[in-house]
Amino acid sequence: MPFNPKHILSIKSLTAEEINFILNTADSFKEINTRQIKKVPTLRGKTIVNLFFEASTRTRTSFEIAGKRLSADTVNISASSSSVVKGETLEDTAQNIEAMHPDIIVMRHSASGACDYLAERLNCSVINAGDGTHEHPSQALLDAFTIRQHKGEIKGLTVTIAGDIAHSRVVRSNIYCLNKLGAKVKIAGPRTMLPPGLEKLGCEVHHNLKDAITDADCIMMLRIQRERQGKTLIPSLREYSRFFGLNDNNLQLAKDDAIVLHPGPMNRGVEISSSVADGKQNVILDQVENGVAVRMALLYLVAGGEKLQDS
Amino acid sequence: MSVETIEILGSEGVQRALTRIAHEILEKNSGVDDLLLIGIRTGGAYLATQLQQKISEIEGASVSMGIIDVTMYRDDLGSRNNLEVGQSYIRVPVTDKKVILVDDVLYTGRTIRAALEAVIALGRPQNIQLAILVDRGHRELPIRPDYIGRNIPTAQNEQIRVDFDDNNTAQAVHLLRS
Repeated sequence: MPFNPKHILSIKSLTAEEINFILNTADSFKEINTRQIKKVPTLRGKTIVNLFFEASTRTRTSFEIAGKRLSADTVNISASSSSVVKGETLEDTAQNIEAMHPDIIVMRHSASGACDYLAERLNCSVINAGDGTHEHPSQALLDAFTIRQHKGEIKGLTVTIAGDIAHSRVVRSNIYCLNKLGAKVKIAGPRTMLPPGLEKLGCEVHHNLKDAITDADCIMMLRIQRERQGKTLIPSLREYSRFFGLNDNNLQLAKDDAIVLHPGPMNRGVEISSSVADGKQNVILDQVENGVAVRMALLYLVAGGEKLQDS
Repeated sequence: MSVETIEILGSEGVQRALTRIAHEILEKNSGVDDLLLIGIRTGGAYLATQLQQKISEIEGASVSMGIIDVTMYRDDLGSRNNLEVGQSYIRVPVTDKKVILVDDVLYTGRTIRAALEAVIALGRPQNIQLAILVDRGHRELPIRPDYIGRNIPTAQNEQIRVDFDDNNTAQAVHLLRS
């Protein structure tokens, strides 16, 4: 199957076949990360700009390492050190960067749709590293990759995602991705953190964590995004932790071989207890490890092949 | 336009060629010590498996084998439309080994160039040798095989196809002329 994308902007726009193609490609790249000399010449001569308008350590470092292991030249620009603080518009910033002829721009922005906006206006490839509360495709792909690694197949699994759903782009990308791959998705969170119409995305909505995690194969816990909340949506972190925190007790409701995922950064003692975060069912560091392989696959796929201008 | 298919080697011919290559490898390397067969995906990997069996039948000793995918080392990233990358499995260190690269058809030599880089990236072998089932000419790089099943001079518009059965055993070599 030929899959030769110019941009990676969302999971919604990908087919199940294309998602599996990306995961298989990542499988082949994974081995490089365990070599003594962790470098292949695949993207020699390509320039990748990591344009991060929002704070990020994990995703930015992961993309940077992925690019470097493929021999591309990577440059990082973060909001605090850019001309955004001097009043430049997004389009001007991007056009100035494009004038230096990068091949790929990896962008994170607080506005939903910012990556699509740039992709329409620039000639280089754009990879969405998280836009507002819209999507975070590389995170959903590395989650699917990690689930596949531990469970063999995603089809038929029950995956529970719990926490601050309304502010999470990870959730949206994950619902699309897991549904396309044939998993059943259950969502749980306090009413104030559940956007209306969530069922329409194809998931089961619960207001009680225990119902949602009963018999689950995978549990993904999300962080309370305090920086995105205009006002407090929960009475207190202690109360949230009591009703929506994952701990050794409620984890027993899930299947015995259930795995626990977290996209990070974790708030220990809030959405996840330390004993679960360090327990034998957690695959949180596998997610980080797999993130590099998945991002290598994305960079390789957008850089390779002959691109049609409009694709 | 119709395609003319000419059989160059049948099943027995292919087996004889592989048996001879196995003998030549053993003769040149004085046995199986430090030998490592590396098949290039996908045809070369199948042939390397067959050579591994033949060598163990002849010598009564086993020889290690690995599979390599050279996509990441190719020089035509921008002009290929199939971006599939296969997995590489080389479980033993290549350093100080006598590496026998195995491929089905040798043409421009660019795949072998990529394979040489891929092997060297994993360590420093004693030497690297090249075993090929069919050499069809038209080299674009200074690359020469050490073991050749059959030399088949071809025109640029002709193709060589190696057929494998369901057990990945080479069955025939065909020349396609369009």
